[in-house]
Amino acid sequence: MSTRTVELELATSGVDARGRATRVPLGVGELREDVLSGDGLMVNIGPQHPATHGVLRLVVELEGETVKRLIPHVGYLHSGFEKLGEYRHYNQIIPLTDRTDYLAPMANNVCLALAVEKLMGIEITERCRVLRVIACEMSRIISHLVWLGTTGIDLGAFTPFLWSFQERERIYNLQEAWTGARLTTSMTRVGGLMADIPDGWTDALRGFIRSFPATLDEIDTMFTRNAIWIGRTQGVGVISGEDAVNYSLSGPMLRASGVDYDVRKDRPYLGYETYDFDVPIGEHGDNYDRYRVRMEEMRQSTRILEQALDRLAPGPINVDDPRVILPPKSRAMSDMEAMIFHFKQVMEGVKPPKGEAYLGIENPKGELGYYFVSDGTAKPVRWRIRPPAFINLAALPKLCEGVLLSDVIAINASVDIVMGEVDR
Amino acid sequence: MTETPSLTAVRDTFGPAVLRTDVVCGDAIAVVERDQAHAILTWLKDDPSQRFNYLTDITAVEYRDPELPLEVVYQLRSLPRKVDLRVKLWLDPAGPLEVDSVYDLWRGADWLEREVYDMFGVTFRGHPDLRRILMWETYAEGHPLRKGFPLRGHFSRAEQVRQALGGQTESFYSSEELEYAEDVLPSDVRERLRRGEHGGVR
Amino acid sequence: MGVSDADRAMVAQTSPNWITTKLDWLTNWARSNSLWPMPFGTACCAIEFMATAASRFDLARFGMERMSFSPRQADVLICAGRLPFKLAPVIRRIWDQMPQPKWSISMGACASSGGIFDNYAMVQGIDTVIPVDVYVPGCPPRPEGLMYGIMLLQKKIRGESFTDGALRQEQLVGPDGLFLPPERVDELSEPFGNSIHQTRSA
Repeated sequence: MSTRTVELELATSGVDARGRATRVPLGVGELREDVLSGDGLMVNIGPQHPATHGVLRLVVELEGETVKRLIPHVGYLHSGFEKLGEYRHYNQIIPLTDRTDYLAPMANNVCLALAVEKLMGIEITERCRVLRVIACEMSRIISHLVWLGTTGIDLGAFTPFLWSFQERERIYNLQEAWTGARLTTSMTRVGGLMADIPDGWTDALRGFIRSFPATLDEIDTMFTRNAIWIGRTQGVGVISGEDAVNYSLSGPMLRASGVDYDVRKDRPYLGYETYDFDVPIGEHGDNYDRYRVRMEEMRQSTRILEQALDRLAPGPINVDDPRVILPPKSRAMSDMEAMIFHFKQVMEGVKPPKGEAYLGIENPKGELGYYFVSDGTAKPVRWRIRPPAFINLAALPKLCEGVLLSDVIAINASVDIVMGEVDR
Repeated sequence: MTETPSLTAVRDTFGPAVLRTDVVCGDAIAVVERDQAHAILTWLKDDPSQRFNYLTDITAVEYRDPELPLEVVYQLRSLPRKVDLRVKLWLDPAGPLEVDSVYDLWRGADWLEREVYDMFGVTFRGHPDLRRILMWETYAEGHPLRKGFPLRGHFSRAEQVRQALGGQTESFYSSEELEYAEDVLPSDVRERLRRGEHGGVR
Repeated sequence: MGVSDADRAMVAQTSPNWITTKLDWLTNWARSNSLWPMPFGTACCAIEFMATAASRFDLARFGMERMSFSPRQADVLICAGRLPFKLAPVIRRIWDQMPQPKWSISMGACASSGGIFDNYAMVQGIDTVIPVDVYVPGCPPRPEGLMYGIMLLQKKIRGESFTDGALRQEQLVGPDGLFLPPERVDELSEPFGNSIHQTRSA
């Protein structure tokens, strides 16, 4: 691959921080006749495109219909999350986390709370732990359902999209009953949760668990042994286990290639080592294996949810630490000490000690990691999101070597990206 | 706990190149000499007792205190040994920010290093295609995650909108892509590309 | 393109009478009940938009079942999600590609005003880049909220008249590279509410 740095005359003053001219858009000259007769074509897909799953731009060099090279361009949804995090208290960052991976917001909230709790050395209560496991597994289900529906559409199957979104609506009802919001939940706080689950919530979740496998079976019937589906996904987008490790892939992308790395099993958090569940591992590393891995993960999530509901016992959801958790309003209004704690927390924020912590969890997309560096003040010095979708997407050129153009869309769908997390 | 087997091993093997080792919040951290960093990371990946074959993350941290160094942080994992390690190197925030790239060790470093370049301005020597990834390539305001960069950017909102609308970000092609289009470029542009010429800024 | 000055003058001179109102009623009824959306979905609001289009809330009853991903065949651009500066020329180009009559809905807080992202990367409201007809607040707006916004747009369309020449004018980006005057862009993008406190240090 060429490593030339090219700078040309600029129309705008595009200079980088050192004052050097940076590369610029190039107007393409007239097409020559002899070029038009060849089979080579450079196609630009996106950033506005129905099948790119967000604002992703792919520049594809084609020889006929075969892809010679594919170059993804990201950053079209860059929102400056990490910069914003440096200007917010730790609890104020929680609403920001909903918006990075907006398909699985509760998992992001949990990851942030766990990372700050690791930084502060706080041990959360048992009920909080179980509720967070429930939240993570619900997030896994809804994220995989979006992936399933949109992948179906990309490959031409519209109906499962409606089925999966209908199931998502049922989880949305549960999320809304718990937190008040369907999508941007902000359900955790450092040291606990924003609120406990309301009455009847566990019955509703049990109802969902009872009926969800039937929908999964329906979608399974549509896809798994369908000749069109198999033809379009088997052998497409293959990446070997060794390459997957070298490309730092994670989640179903990595496991479908045969590498047994699941953060829930290898670096357990929230008591996952006490739950009885299996991690599906693929073999061929193609689209079909990724599909099977995610389908099975949804079934395993239902298994974990059942176990979590069985062990959900009454108790406090917040840690009993007034530096971290707001005192109950009734006490804050009547007790001087409680009022002072309330005031300090709201005005000054939660102050972790000086230090740093990295915490990775098994997000539906892969390993989501939050790295906090604290200097003892209420706002972090650095909040780094280790984005699984960004790193998985970097392997797209490797996955698309030598495939057909329509396979590019299928492979892009199987990577399961969410641009909010890719671009942050 | 202030010591892990990996920290001991890396200190024993590289001696003074390892500036500091620590265990913070349960994570093992080693701060290494910038010029030896590539050699140390290669050893960590290849040595059979270490086998850190998985690069979890690369990032950079700049502190609010200008006396403190700008750190480039590598988060490593050994999948077979199920162990994590954080390797850091220190750069002078006011000086040239240059580090050797680990693209040859882990391909996952490709986009991660581009992002650190984009957000902090750290140049990775040996990276095949180091250009901005999250901001557009002619972004003129600087490197956003530096502490000297204000939250809302340097320019006024109107100027930012003007630069964005004029940036033609959707029709920007990198030199890698332009290679392919060489046949259709005018000959004088092709000559300049071939010479690797730097143009002037109007 | 389209209407020449002479035609425009003729239309502007037509004063509304009972023929024009009847024709207006028919045209507006047809237009408002068959709006084909151009879903410019970027972030979380796009997921709520998809949920609105799915079977529980069902946009098909509003005639919006046929999502037009080609702007050439679309009537209403629904910007669902935040718009960073890198994406600004894209939405401008998509808007310019849409033929008249066209409307736009700014869905969500980020599209309407920049939302919680008052920083270097985010356009503070898409109305600094394209003209907007209806703003739907929310983060993200509930599907019912989006449907209410669509119904408001339908009401707005029903109040239109073809005798009003100004309605179907293209509002292009000016020669200075901006769609609105720079003072207006700065005014619209000013921080308000909690944004003001972001610059206070810890």
